[in-house]
Amino acid sequence: MTEMSAAPAILVEGLTKSFGEVHALRGIDLAVPRGTVLGVLGPNGAGKTTAVRILTTLLRPDAGRALVEGRDVVREAAAVRRSIGLSGQSAAIQEELTGRENLEIVGRLYHLSWPHARSRATELLAQFDLLDAADRPAKTFSGGMQRRLDLAASLVGKPQVLFLDEPTTGLDPRSRLGMWDIIRSLVAGGTTLLLTTQYLDEADELADEIVVIDQGLVIAAGTAEELKGRVGGDVVEFTVPDRRRVTDAVTAIAKLGEGEPHFDAGTGVVSVGVGGRGSEALIEAVRALDAAGVETHGLALRRPSLDDVFLALTGHAAEDAEPPGKRRRGRRKASQDSSREAS
Amino acid sequence: MTAIAAQPGARPGPPGLLIRARWAVSDTLTITRRNLLVWMRVPAYIVFTVIQPVMFVLMFRYVFGGAIAVQGVRGGYVSFLMPGIIGQTAAFASFGTAIALAQELQKGVIDRLRSMPMARSAVLAGRLLADTARMLVTILIVLAVGYAVGFRFQNGVVPAVAMVVLATMFGLAICCIAAYTGLAIGDEESVQAFGLIWLFPITFLSSAFVPISTMPGWLQAFANNQPVTYVINAMRALALGQPIEANLLKSIASLAAIFIVFAPLAVRAYKRAS
Repeated sequence: MTEMSAAPAILVEGLTKSFGEVHALRGIDLAVPRGTVLGVLGPNGAGKTTAVRILTTLLRPDAGRALVEGRDVVREAAAVRRSIGLSGQSAAIQEELTGRENLEIVGRLYHLSWPHARSRATELLAQFDLLDAADRPAKTFSGGMQRRLDLAASLVGKPQVLFLDEPTTGLDPRSRLGMWDIIRSLVAGGTTLLLTTQYLDEADELADEIVVIDQGLVIAAGTAEELKGRVGGDVVEFTVPDRRRVTDAVTAIAKLGEGEPHFDAGTGVVSVGVGGRGSEALIEAVRALDAAGVETHGLALRRPSLDDVFLALTGHAAEDAEPPGKRRRGRRKASQDSSREAS
Repeated sequence: MTAIAAQPGARPGPPGLLIRARWAVSDTLTITRRNLLVWMRVPAYIVFTVIQPVMFVLMFRYVFGGAIAVQGVRGGYVSFLMPGIIGQTAAFASFGTAIALAQELQKGVIDRLRSMPMARSAVLAGRLLADTARMLVTILIVLAVGYAVGFRFQNGVVPAVAMVVLATMFGLAICCIAAYTGLAIGDEESVQAFGLIWLFPITFLSSAFVPISTMPGWLQAFANNQPVTYVINAMRALALGQPIEANLLKSIASLAAIFIVFAPLAVRAYKRAS
């Protein structure tokens, strides 16, 4: 048993996969120890879903190898399928059937006897707080309930390794927090989890280790704290209420930062990494902005977030749209996939 | 919150051949059951599979029927019509196959199933089995309506049953084509648009509704030599006790050809799907 535990639950070496001209994975390595959570972080089209699809035996890699619980995902696919659970970006449940029927059918497909499939369904419905709605068609469920049902379905076979591909994409903030609670308790039960996400706070919140993937390559790996250390210190940030003055503000603080200031057009936040100079840089920023006559809100010094890490590593923000001209998959698959990821 | 039980279960070794065969059967039946449950829950599917063919019977019997002369058929047009309508009903059942598979592919249901330790054949086999059962129910309802508006089998029970079996095999063959196209297209909206349209010419440009001799010559050349005509002529011969000639052999040959080409294509599309 000790020997078993030493081997990682997931081991990936030099995995590559291309779809025609598009190189979805360009040689990634991963190792996930048993009972831990790996957060795979990256923007749309980074290759996260492709990696999950290879690890769950849905796709063959072009090169490299992937082991789940010591079994090769290509040569021992059937054995791998017996030890994994997968919950994807959209709820893969049958909406016309009730929550209970959905889980019972999955139980039968895991070759549980009828009574066993029934009791397992009831057990999961209770655990996921779906018992009251259990006998309603799943199409009457809210988005959060459907995701919970989908996650419950992935646990019917009591998997040792669970793959959650963007489990909270498209959920409202409350459902998202509920999902996080559920995921935490799963991990407390000893399940190994590989979680992909575009949300940095999600990875920060749930993962023991994080790998950052961009354009099919692992560009950074470590704990959330280690990755934050990569940014090299604190961040000064503020918003500019008058959008016309943003350029002036950026020019004013350009000299005090370690790197280029970043302006996020979505949130209106201007930020700049200031290294170890902390409060000194903050005072300089106040003076520079005052001298430039730019009014700001919420000027503050803070510890770096994973957003800053992503920005520092890739030069673009994590939640930005894909770089133009880069599609992750060839032909029909491209549209199919982007519609899945867009939700 | 309490820890959710997801303790690693005992990992069984690889199952033997006999167990795998038993699982393949049980998985197919589970998927069949699921598909039939879904069908019964959606009123639109019931309307499509039951009301629409019944409307066809009534319209052809009472609206067009008076204008279509058939010679040498005992019982007149309704006797001529019913085998044709039943053949068309069987073929149209395939629309549901294509739609359902495209939907499951798009929603990630097929991905989910493929990541589970179930028999890989079960999704397709269960789909075809459920659709065949559904088709059989529709055929029997259409037959009952036919009886109500004057149709009678004129050749005894065994040929009557043989006609229903032939219609079902024909429908199943078309379902194989639909399974392939549904999975290959993989997009529900496109399947909605194109899944049914090709069935209109192949069923109407046949002996299903009118005697082929009333068509212009160039059309007769096509209508006389296509599988739907072979099948419907054979069905008609079985129902009405006409000479069956070469039609039964030609039907069986063309159905076999469809299976040989499209069953492997559907399996391949399923393996590659998503």
